[in-house]
Amino acid sequence: MDFLTRYANEILQSTGEHLTLVLVATAIAILIGLPLGILITRKPQLRTPILGFANVMQTIPSLALFGLLLPVPIIGGIGARTAIVALILYSLLPIIRNTYVGIMSVDPAIREAGRGLGMTDRQLLLQVELPLALGVILAGVRVATVISIGLATIAAAVGAGGLGTFIFRGVAVVDNQLILAGAVPAAILALVADFILGWVERRLTVKK
Amino acid sequence: MVVEFRHVYYSLERRPLLSDLSFSIDQGETLVLLGRSGCGKTTTLRLINHLLTPTAGEIQVEGVSTQTWNPIHLRRRIGYVIQEVGLFPHLTIERNVGVVPALEKWPSQRIKSRVDELLHLVGLDPAQFARRYPHELSGGQRQRVGVARALAADPPLLLMDEPFGALDPITRVELQREFKRLQQQLGKTVVFVTHDIGEAFTLGSQIGLMQAGQLVELATPHDFARSQHPEAQAFLSTRKSEYP
Repeated sequence: MDFLTRYANEILQSTGEHLTLVLVATAIAILIGLPLGILITRKPQLRTPILGFANVMQTIPSLALFGLLLPVPIIGGIGARTAIVALILYSLLPIIRNTYVGIMSVDPAIREAGRGLGMTDRQLLLQVELPLALGVILAGVRVATVISIGLATIAAAVGAGGLGTFIFRGVAVVDNQLILAGAVPAAILALVADFILGWVERRLTVKK
Repeated sequence: MVVEFRHVYYSLERRPLLSDLSFSIDQGETLVLLGRSGCGKTTTLRLINHLLTPTAGEIQVEGVSTQTWNPIHLRRRIGYVIQEVGLFPHLTIERNVGVVPALEKWPSQRIKSRVDELLHLVGLDPAQFARRYPHELSGGQRQRVGVARALAADPPLLLMDEPFGALDPITRVELQREFKRLQQQLGKTVVFVTHDIGEAFTLGSQIGLMQAGQLVELATPHDFARSQHPEAQAFLSTRKSEYP
Protein backbone atom coordinates (compact mmCIF):
# COMPACT_ATOMS: atom_id res chain seq x y z
CA MET A 1 0.00 0.00 0.00
CA ASP A 2 2.81 2.25 0.97
CA PHE A 3 4.38 1.49 -2.34
CA LEU A 4 1.24 2.31 -4.28
CA THR A 5 0.69 5.70 -2.65
CA ARG A 6 4.29 6.58 -3.29
CA TYR A 7 4.27 5.54 -6.94
CA ALA A 8 0.61 6.10 -7.98
CA ASN A 9 1.33 9.29 -9.88
CA GLU A 10 4.33 7.86 -11.63
CA ILE A 11 2.44 4.69 -12.59
CA LEU A 12 -0.41 6.75 -14.03
CA GLN A 13 1.98 8.91 -15.97
CA SER A 14 3.83 5.89 -17.35
CA THR A 15 0.56 4.21 -18.27
CA GLY A 16 -0.36 7.36 -20.20
CA GLU A 17 2.97 7.31 -22.03
CA HIS A 18 2.58 3.62 -22.72
CA LEU A 19 -0.90 4.08 -24.13
CA THR A 20 0.23 7.00 -26.28
CA LEU A 21 3.06 4.94 -27.79
CA VAL A 22 0.67 2.10 -28.62
CA LEU A 23 -2.13 4.27 -29.95
CA VAL A 24 0.13 6.35 -32.19
CA ALA A 25 1.92 3.24 -33.49
CA THR A 26 -1.33 1.32 -34.12
CA ALA A 27 -2.94 4.29 -35.86
CA ILE A 28 0.03 4.70 -38.19
CA ALA A 29 0.23 0.94 -38.74
CA ILE A 30 -3.43 0.98 -39.83
CA LEU A 31 -2.78 3.91 -42.16
CA ILE A 32 0.06 1.96 -43.79
CA GLY A 33 -1.18 -1.62 -43.43
CA LEU A 34 -4.77 -1.21 -44.65
CA PRO A 35 -3.81 0.29 -48.04
CA LEU A 36 -1.03 -2.29 -48.43
CA GLY A 37 -3.47 -5.11 -47.64
CA ILE A 38 -5.91 -3.72 -50.23
CA LEU A 39 -3.10 -3.27 -52.75
CA ILE A 40 -2.08 -6.93 -52.63
CA THR A 41 -5.66 -8.03 -53.32
CA ARG A 42 -5.45 -5.98 -56.55
CA LYS A 43 -1.85 -6.74 -57.52
CA PRO A 44 -1.16 -10.39 -56.65
CA GLN A 45 2.47 -10.11 -57.81
CA LEU A 46 3.13 -7.74 -54.87
CA ARG A 47 1.74 -10.15 -52.32
CA THR A 48 4.89 -12.17 -51.72
CA PRO A 49 7.29 -9.23 -51.27
CA ILE A 50 4.94 -7.21 -49.05
CA LEU A 51 3.82 -10.08 -46.82
CA GLY A 52 7.41 -11.34 -46.81
CA PHE A 53 8.70 -8.00 -45.52
CA ALA A 54 6.05 -7.85 -42.79
CA ASN A 55 6.81 -11.45 -41.87
CA VAL A 56 10.54 -10.83 -41.53
CA MET A 57 9.85 -7.85 -39.27
CA GLN A 58 7.97 -10.15 -36.90
CA THR A 59 10.88 -12.58 -36.70
CA ILE A 60 13.42 -10.01 -35.52
CA PRO A 61 13.74 -10.26 -31.72
CA SER A 62 12.10 -7.17 -30.28
CA LEU A 63 15.02 -5.97 -28.18
CA ALA A 64 17.27 -6.32 -31.24
CA LEU A 65 14.86 -4.34 -33.42
CA PHE A 66 14.80 -1.45 -30.96
CA GLY A 67 18.59 -1.59 -30.83
CA LEU A 68 18.99 -1.79 -34.59
CA LEU A 69 16.77 1.24 -35.12
CA LEU A 70 18.75 3.45 -32.70
CA PRO A 71 21.52 4.46 -35.12
CA VAL A 72 19.21 4.85 -38.15
CA PRO A 73 19.01 8.52 -39.23
CA ILE A 74 15.65 10.38 -39.06
CA ILE A 75 13.57 7.50 -37.64
CA GLY A 76 16.11 6.37 -35.03
CA GLY A 77 17.66 7.99 -31.97
CA ILE A 78 16.87 7.95 -28.29
CA GLY A 79 13.20 8.55 -27.51
CA ALA A 80 9.62 7.79 -28.44
CA ARG A 81 10.13 7.99 -32.20
CA THR A 82 12.30 4.88 -32.38
CA ALA A 83 9.89 2.97 -30.17
CA ILE A 84 6.91 3.96 -32.31
CA VAL A 85 8.68 2.89 -35.50
CA ALA A 86 9.50 -0.50 -34.00
CA LEU A 87 5.92 -1.00 -32.82
CA ILE A 88 4.61 -0.06 -36.29
CA LEU A 89 6.89 -2.63 -37.90
CA TYR A 90 5.55 -5.32 -35.57
CA SER A 91 1.92 -4.30 -36.09
CA LEU A 92 2.05 -4.35 -39.87
CA LEU A 93 1.84 -8.11 -40.37
CA PRO A 94 -1.46 -8.81 -38.60
CA ILE A 95 -3.06 -5.74 -40.17
CA ILE A 96 -1.87 -6.36 -43.75
CA ARG A 97 -2.56 -10.09 -43.55
CA ASN A 98 -6.04 -9.73 -42.08
CA THR A 99 -7.00 -7.02 -44.58
CA TYR A 100 -5.91 -9.32 -47.39
CA VAL A 101 -7.58 -12.42 -45.96
CA GLY A 102 -10.74 -10.50 -45.08
CA ILE A 103 -11.18 -9.16 -48.60
CA MET A 104 -10.20 -12.40 -50.33
CA SER A 105 -12.67 -14.40 -48.27
CA VAL A 106 -15.63 -12.34 -49.52
CA ASP A 107 -17.88 -14.83 -51.34
CA PRO A 108 -16.90 -14.76 -55.05
CA ALA A 109 -20.60 -14.78 -55.99
CA ILE A 110 -21.05 -11.47 -54.15
CA ARG A 111 -18.09 -9.94 -55.97
CA GLU A 112 -19.39 -11.30 -59.29
CA ALA A 113 -22.82 -9.81 -58.60
CA GLY A 114 -21.31 -6.44 -57.69
CA ARG A 115 -19.22 -6.30 -60.83
CA GLY A 116 -22.08 -7.56 -62.97
CA LEU A 117 -24.36 -4.82 -61.63
CA GLY A 118 -21.88 -2.23 -62.83
CA MET A 119 -19.90 -1.29 -59.72
CA THR A 120 -16.51 0.27 -60.35
CA ASP A 121 -13.59 -1.34 -58.55
CA ARG A 122 -13.66 1.49 -56.02
CA GLN A 123 -17.38 1.09 -55.36
CA LEU A 124 -16.96 -2.66 -54.99
CA LEU A 125 -14.17 -2.09 -52.48
CA LEU A 126 -15.87 0.61 -50.41
CA GLN A 127 -19.47 -0.62 -50.55
CA VAL A 128 -19.00 -4.37 -50.51
CA GLU A 129 -15.55 -5.77 -49.81
CA LEU A 130 -14.42 -3.53 -46.94
CA PRO A 131 -17.71 -3.66 -45.02
CA LEU A 132 -17.74 -7.45 -45.32
CA ALA A 133 -14.05 -7.76 -44.37
CA LEU A 134 -14.34 -5.34 -41.45
CA GLY A 135 -14.64 -8.01 -38.77
CA VAL A 136 -11.50 -9.81 -39.94
CA ILE A 137 -9.58 -6.53 -40.33
CA LEU A 138 -10.52 -5.49 -36.80
CA ALA A 139 -9.35 -8.86 -35.50
CA GLY A 140 -5.96 -8.00 -37.02
CA VAL A 141 -5.98 -4.58 -35.37
CA ARG A 142 -6.81 -6.23 -32.06
CA VAL A 143 -3.90 -8.65 -32.33
CA ALA A 144 -1.58 -5.80 -33.34
CA THR A 145 -2.71 -3.67 -30.39
CA VAL A 146 -2.31 -6.40 -27.80
CA ILE A 147 1.15 -7.33 -29.13
CA SER A 148 2.15 -3.65 -29.09
CA ILE A 149 1.08 -3.18 -25.48
CA GLY A 150 3.37 -6.02 -24.49
CA LEU A 151 6.25 -4.92 -26.70
CA ALA A 152 6.02 -1.29 -25.67
CA THR A 153 7.45 -2.26 -22.28
CA ILE A 154 10.77 -2.68 -24.10
CA ALA A 155 10.50 0.90 -25.39
CA ALA A 156 11.97 2.06 -22.07
CA ALA A 157 15.27 0.55 -23.24
CA VAL A 158 15.55 3.28 -25.87
CA GLY A 159 14.39 5.99 -23.50
CA ALA A 160 10.81 6.18 -24.77
CA GLY A 161 9.23 5.92 -21.32
CA GLY A 162 6.12 3.85 -20.65
CA LEU A 163 5.54 1.08 -18.12
CA GLY A 164 8.79 -0.60 -19.10
CA THR A 165 10.61 2.05 -17.09
CA PHE A 166 9.48 0.31 -13.88
CA ILE A 167 10.37 -3.11 -15.18
CA PHE A 168 13.91 -2.15 -16.22
CA ARG A 169 14.45 -0.30 -12.97
CA GLY A 170 13.06 -3.24 -10.98
CA VAL A 171 15.34 -5.68 -12.78
CA ALA A 172 18.37 -3.44 -12.20
CA VAL A 173 17.84 -3.12 -8.45
CA VAL A 174 16.24 -6.57 -8.02
CA ASP A 175 12.94 -5.21 -6.73
CA ASN A 176 9.89 -7.31 -7.55
CA GLN A 177 7.48 -4.59 -6.49
CA LEU A 178 8.92 -2.26 -9.11
CA ILE A 179 8.73 -4.96 -11.79
CA LEU A 180 5.09 -5.63 -10.91
CA ALA A 181 4.34 -1.89 -10.91
CA GLY A 182 5.16 -2.01 -14.63
CA ALA A 183 3.96 -5.48 -15.54
CA VAL A 184 0.54 -5.47 -13.87
CA PRO A 185 -0.75 -2.22 -15.46
CA ALA A 186 0.61 -3.40 -18.84
CA ALA A 187 -1.27 -6.68 -18.50
CA ILE A 188 -4.45 -4.85 -17.49
CA LEU A 189 -4.10 -2.50 -20.48
CA ALA A 190 -3.73 -5.50 -22.81
CA LEU A 191 -6.81 -7.23 -21.37
CA VAL A 192 -8.93 -4.09 -21.53
CA ALA A 193 -7.85 -3.35 -25.11
CA ASP A 194 -8.56 -6.95 -26.09
CA PHE A 195 -12.00 -6.79 -24.52
CA ILE A 196 -12.99 -3.45 -26.08
CA LEU A 197 -11.72 -4.26 -29.56
CA GLY A 198 -13.27 -7.73 -29.37
CA TRP A 199 -16.61 -6.13 -28.58
CA VAL A 200 -16.31 -3.67 -31.49
CA GLU A 201 -15.30 -6.53 -33.77
CA ARG A 202 -18.38 -8.57 -32.86
CA ARG A 203 -20.63 -5.55 -33.34
CA LEU A 204 -19.29 -4.87 -36.83
CA THR A 205 -19.02 -8.43 -38.13
CA VAL A 206 -21.69 -9.12 -40.74
CA LYS A 207 -23.96 -12.09 -40.22
CA LYS A 208 -23.99 -14.45 -43.15
CA MET B 1 -31.04 -6.62 -82.65
CA VAL B 2 -30.18 -6.28 -78.98
CA VAL B 3 -27.24 -8.68 -78.87
CA GLU B 4 -25.18 -9.99 -81.74
CA PHE B 5 -22.24 -12.42 -81.62
CA ARG B 6 -19.93 -12.24 -84.64
CA HIS B 7 -17.50 -15.13 -84.93
CA VAL B 8 -16.62 -15.01 -81.26
CA TYR B 9 -13.77 -17.08 -79.90
CA TYR B 10 -12.73 -17.23 -76.28
CA SER B 11 -9.83 -19.14 -74.81
CA LEU B 12 -8.38 -19.22 -71.34
CA GLU B 13 -4.65 -19.92 -71.09
CA ARG B 14 -4.68 -21.23 -74.68
CA ARG B 15 -7.49 -23.63 -73.88
CA PRO B 16 -10.35 -22.81 -76.29
CA LEU B 17 -13.65 -22.50 -74.44
CA LEU B 18 -15.77 -21.02 -77.21
CA SER B 19 -15.22 -21.24 -80.93
CA ASP B 20 -16.84 -19.36 -83.78
CA LEU B 21 -19.99 -18.35 -81.97
CA SER B 22 -22.38 -16.35 -84.15
CA PHE B 23 -25.99 -15.59 -83.33
CA SER B 24 -28.26 -12.67 -82.59
CA ILE B 25 -31.10 -11.94 -80.24
CA ASP B 26 -34.00 -9.67 -81.16
CA GLN B 27 -35.80 -7.25 -78.91
CA GLY B 28 -38.21 -9.04 -76.54
CA GLU B 29 -36.87 -12.54 -77.23
CA THR B 30 -35.90 -14.99 -74.52
CA LEU B 31 -32.95 -17.00 -75.70
CA VAL B 32 -32.30 -20.02 -73.53
CA LEU B 33 -28.77 -21.35 -73.76
CA LEU B 34 -28.99 -25.05 -73.01
CA GLY B 35 -26.11 -27.44 -72.55
CA ARG B 36 -24.14 -29.69 -70.25
CA SER B 37 -21.89 -28.34 -67.52
CA GLY B 38 -18.72 -26.85 -68.93
CA CYS B 39 -20.04 -26.38 -72.46
CA GLY B 40 -19.47 -22.61 -72.37
CA LYS B 41 -22.94 -21.28 -71.51
CA THR B 42 -21.83 -19.15 -68.58
CA THR B 43 -18.77 -17.95 -70.51
CA THR B 44 -21.09 -16.79 -73.32
CA LEU B 45 -23.20 -14.89 -70.80
CA ARG B 46 -20.21 -13.21 -69.16
CA LEU B 47 -18.96 -12.05 -72.55
CA ILE B 48 -22.18 -10.09 -73.09
CA ASN B 49 -21.69 -7.83 -70.05
CA HIS B 50 -17.95 -7.69 -70.65
CA LEU B 51 -16.95 -9.54 -67.49
CA LEU B 52 -14.89 -11.42 -70.09
CA THR B 53 -13.32 -10.09 -73.28
CA PRO B 54 -13.44 -12.23 -76.44
CA THR B 55 -10.15 -13.57 -77.75
CA ALA B 56 -11.35 -12.98 -81.32
CA GLY B 57 -14.52 -11.70 -82.97
CA GLU B 58 -16.89 -9.22 -81.40
CA ILE B 59 -20.12 -8.95 -79.49
CA GLN B 60 -22.43 -6.06 -80.14
CA VAL B 61 -24.94 -4.85 -77.60
CA GLU B 62 -27.47 -2.38 -79.04
CA GLY B 63 -25.28 -2.12 -82.13
CA VAL B 64 -22.08 -1.19 -80.28
CA SER B 65 -19.15 -3.53 -79.63
CA THR B 66 -18.77 -4.47 -75.96
CA GLN B 67 -15.16 -3.37 -76.24
CA THR B 68 -16.26 0.12 -77.26
CA TRP B 69 -18.85 0.39 -74.49
CA ASN B 70 -17.70 1.78 -71.16
CA PRO B 71 -18.00 -1.49 -69.20
CA ILE B 72 -19.66 0.21 -66.23
CA HIS B 73 -22.33 1.89 -68.40
CA LEU B 74 -22.85 -1.36 -70.29
CA ARG B 75 -23.39 -3.40 -67.11
CA ARG B 76 -25.82 -0.89 -65.67
CA ARG B 77 -27.98 -1.35 -68.77
CA ILE B 78 -27.96 -5.13 -68.29
CA GLY B 79 -29.67 -6.92 -65.42
CA TYR B 80 -27.62 -9.82 -64.09
CA VAL B 81 -28.94 -12.73 -62.03
CA ILE B 82 -26.74 -15.63 -60.94
CA GLN B 83 -27.47 -18.98 -59.35
CA GLU B 84 -25.78 -18.10 -56.04
CA VAL B 85 -27.87 -14.86 -56.09
CA GLY B 86 -24.99 -12.89 -54.56
CA LEU B 87 -27.08 -10.57 -52.40
CA PHE B 88 -24.98 -8.25 -50.25
CA PRO B 89 -25.30 -9.77 -46.75
CA HIS B 90 -24.57 -6.48 -44.95
CA LEU B 91 -27.39 -4.60 -46.66
CA THR B 92 -31.15 -4.83 -46.13
CA ILE B 93 -33.37 -6.20 -48.91
CA GLU B 94 -34.41 -2.63 -49.65
CA ARG B 95 -30.81 -1.51 -50.15
CA ASN B 96 -29.90 -4.61 -52.10
CA VAL B 97 -32.69 -3.94 -54.60
CA GLY B 98 -31.84 -0.25 -54.72
CA VAL B 99 -28.14 -0.73 -55.30
CA VAL B 100 -28.01 0.15 -59.01
CA PRO B 101 -30.37 3.15 -58.69
CA ALA B 102 -28.14 4.34 -55.82
CA LEU B 103 -25.05 3.94 -58.00
CA GLU B 104 -26.91 5.94 -60.65
CA LYS B 105 -27.53 8.59 -57.96
CA TRP B 106 -31.32 8.58 -58.11
CA PRO B 107 -32.95 10.73 -55.40
CA SER B 108 -33.76 8.58 -52.34
CA GLN B 109 -37.52 9.07 -52.62
CA ARG B 110 -37.48 7.71 -56.16
CA ILE B 111 -35.33 4.75 -55.11
CA LYS B 112 -37.75 3.94 -52.32
CA SER B 113 -40.83 3.95 -54.51
CA ARG B 114 -39.01 1.93 -57.18
CA VAL B 115 -37.96 -0.67 -54.58
CA ASP B 116 -41.53 -0.99 -53.31
CA GLU B 117 -42.79 -1.40 -56.85
CA LEU B 118 -40.20 -4.10 -57.62
CA LEU B 119 -40.80 -6.06 -54.43
CA HIS B 120 -44.52 -6.14 -55.28
CA LEU B 121 -43.61 -7.23 -58.80
CA VAL B 122 -41.65 -10.26 -57.56
CA GLY B 123 -44.32 -11.15 -55.00
CA LEU B 124 -42.70 -9.93 -51.78
CA ASP B 125 -44.58 -7.55 -49.47
CA PRO B 126 -42.33 -4.49 -48.91
CA ALA B 127 -43.79 -3.85 -45.44
CA GLN B 128 -42.67 -7.32 -44.43
CA PHE B 129 -39.40 -7.71 -46.31
CA ALA B 130 -37.80 -4.32 -47.04
CA ARG B 131 -35.98 -4.05 -43.71
CA ARG B 132 -34.86 -7.66 -43.45
CA TYR B 133 -31.40 -8.98 -44.23
CA PRO B 134 -30.68 -11.67 -46.84
CA HIS B 135 -29.86 -14.34 -44.23
CA GLU B 136 -33.40 -14.02 -42.87
CA LEU B 137 -34.94 -15.12 -46.19
CA SER B 138 -35.49 -18.52 -47.79
CA GLY B 139 -33.64 -19.51 -50.98
CA GLY B 140 -36.68 -18.82 -53.16
CA GLN B 141 -37.26 -15.42 -51.55
CA ARG B 142 -33.60 -14.53 -51.99
CA GLN B 143 -33.76 -15.33 -55.68
CA ARG B 144 -36.88 -13.17 -56.01
CA VAL B 145 -34.84 -10.34 -54.51
CA GLY B 146 -32.05 -11.16 -56.97
CA VAL B 147 -34.47 -10.72 -59.87
CA ALA B 148 -35.86 -7.50 -58.39
CA ARG B 149 -32.32 -6.15 -58.01
CA ALA B 150 -31.52 -6.96 -61.63
CA LEU B 151 -34.65 -5.13 -62.80
CA ALA B 152 -34.12 -2.07 -60.60
CA ALA B 153 -32.83 0.42 -63.15
CA ASP B 154 -35.20 -0.96 -65.82
CA PRO B 155 -32.49 -2.46 -68.03
CA PRO B 156 -33.59 -3.47 -71.53
CA LEU B 157 -31.57 -6.71 -71.33
CA LEU B 158 -31.45 -9.40 -68.63
CA LEU B 159 -28.79 -12.08 -68.25
CA MET B 160 -29.74 -15.01 -66.06
CA ASP B 161 -27.28 -17.73 -65.16
CA GLU B 162 -29.19 -20.77 -63.85
CA PRO B 163 -31.11 -18.50 -61.50
CA PHE B 164 -33.45 -21.23 -60.29
CA GLY B 165 -30.92 -24.07 -60.33
CA ALA B 166 -30.33 -24.22 -56.59
CA LEU B 167 -33.99 -24.19 -55.59
CA ASP B 168 -36.18 -27.12 -54.62
CA PRO B 169 -38.32 -28.41 -57.54
CA ILE B 170 -41.57 -26.93 -56.30
CA THR B 171 -40.17 -23.46 -55.67
CA ARG B 172 -38.33 -23.70 -58.99
CA VAL B 173 -41.51 -24.35 -60.99
CA GLU B 174 -43.29 -21.59 -59.08
CA LEU B 175 -40.54 -19.09 -59.89
CA GLN B 176 -40.37 -20.21 -63.53
CA ARG B 177 -44.09 -19.63 -63.87
CA GLU B 178 -43.90 -16.22 -62.24
CA PHE B 179 -40.87 -15.26 -64.28
CA LYS B 180 -42.73 -16.16 -67.47
CA ARG B 181 -45.61 -13.92 -66.42
CA LEU B 182 -43.17 -11.15 -65.54
CA GLN B 183 -41.44 -11.47 -68.85
CA GLN B 184 -44.72 -11.21 -70.78
CA GLN B 185 -45.60 -8.14 -68.74
CA LEU B 186 -42.23 -6.37 -69.12
CA GLY B 187 -41.09 -7.45 -72.59
CA LYS B 188 -37.40 -7.55 -71.70
CA THR B 189 -34.83 -9.24 -73.86
CA VAL B 190 -33.50 -12.17 -71.87
CA VAL B 191 -30.55 -14.53 -72.20
CA PHE B 192 -31.14 -17.45 -69.86
CA VAL B 193 -28.63 -20.20 -69.13
CA THR B 194 -29.80 -23.61 -67.95
CA HIS B 195 -29.07 -27.32 -68.19
CA ASP B 196 -32.71 -28.16 -67.57
CA ILE B 197 -34.53 -28.82 -70.84
CA GLY B 198 -37.93 -28.46 -69.14
CA GLU B 199 -36.96 -24.95 -68.11
CA ALA B 200 -35.77 -24.23 -71.66
CA PHE B 201 -39.17 -25.20 -73.07
CA THR B 202 -41.10 -23.30 -70.40
CA LEU B 203 -39.26 -20.02 -70.76
CA GLY B 204 -37.54 -19.86 -74.14
CA SER B 205 -38.79 -18.24 -77.31
CA GLN B 206 -35.53 -19.51 -78.81
CA ILE B 207 -33.44 -22.41 -77.59
CA GLY B 208 -29.73 -22.41 -78.32
CA LEU B 209 -27.99 -25.71 -77.70
CA MET B 210 -24.32 -25.57 -76.85
CA GLN B 211 -21.80 -28.38 -76.96
CA ALA B 212 -18.06 -28.12 -76.34
CA GLY B 213 -17.93 -24.37 -76.89
CA GLN B 214 -20.06 -24.30 -80.02
CA LEU B 215 -23.65 -23.43 -80.73
CA VAL B 216 -24.89 -26.60 -82.40
CA GLU B 217 -28.60 -25.81 -82.67
CA LEU B 218 -30.68 -22.67 -82.51
CA ALA B 219 -34.43 -23.01 -82.93
CA THR B 220 -37.83 -22.18 -81.52
CA PRO B 221 -39.05 -24.70 -78.93
CA HIS B 222 -41.42 -26.11 -81.56
CA ASP B 223 -38.59 -26.82 -84.01
CA PHE B 224 -36.14 -27.80 -81.30
CA ALA B 225 -38.40 -30.66 -80.24
CA ARG B 226 -37.95 -32.07 -83.75
CA SER B 227 -34.21 -31.51 -83.99
CA GLN B 228 -32.16 -34.41 -85.34
CA HIS B 229 -28.87 -33.24 -83.81
CA PRO B 230 -27.51 -36.02 -81.54
CA GLU B 231 -26.94 -33.67 -78.58
CA ALA B 232 -30.48 -32.30 -78.94
CA GLN B 233 -31.74 -35.87 -79.09
CA ALA B 234 -29.80 -36.65 -75.93
CA PHE B 235 -31.45 -33.76 -74.09
CA LEU B 236 -34.89 -34.54 -75.48
CA SER B 237 -34.61 -38.18 -74.42
CA THR B 238 -33.96 -37.16 -70.79
CA ARG B 239 -37.25 -35.36 -70.90
CA LYS B 240 -39.18 -38.42 -72.03
CA SER B 241 -37.54 -40.79 -69.55
CA GLU B 242 -38.25 -38.46 -66.65
CA TYR B 243 -41.76 -39.88 -66.17
CA PRO B 244 -41.80 -43.68 -66.54
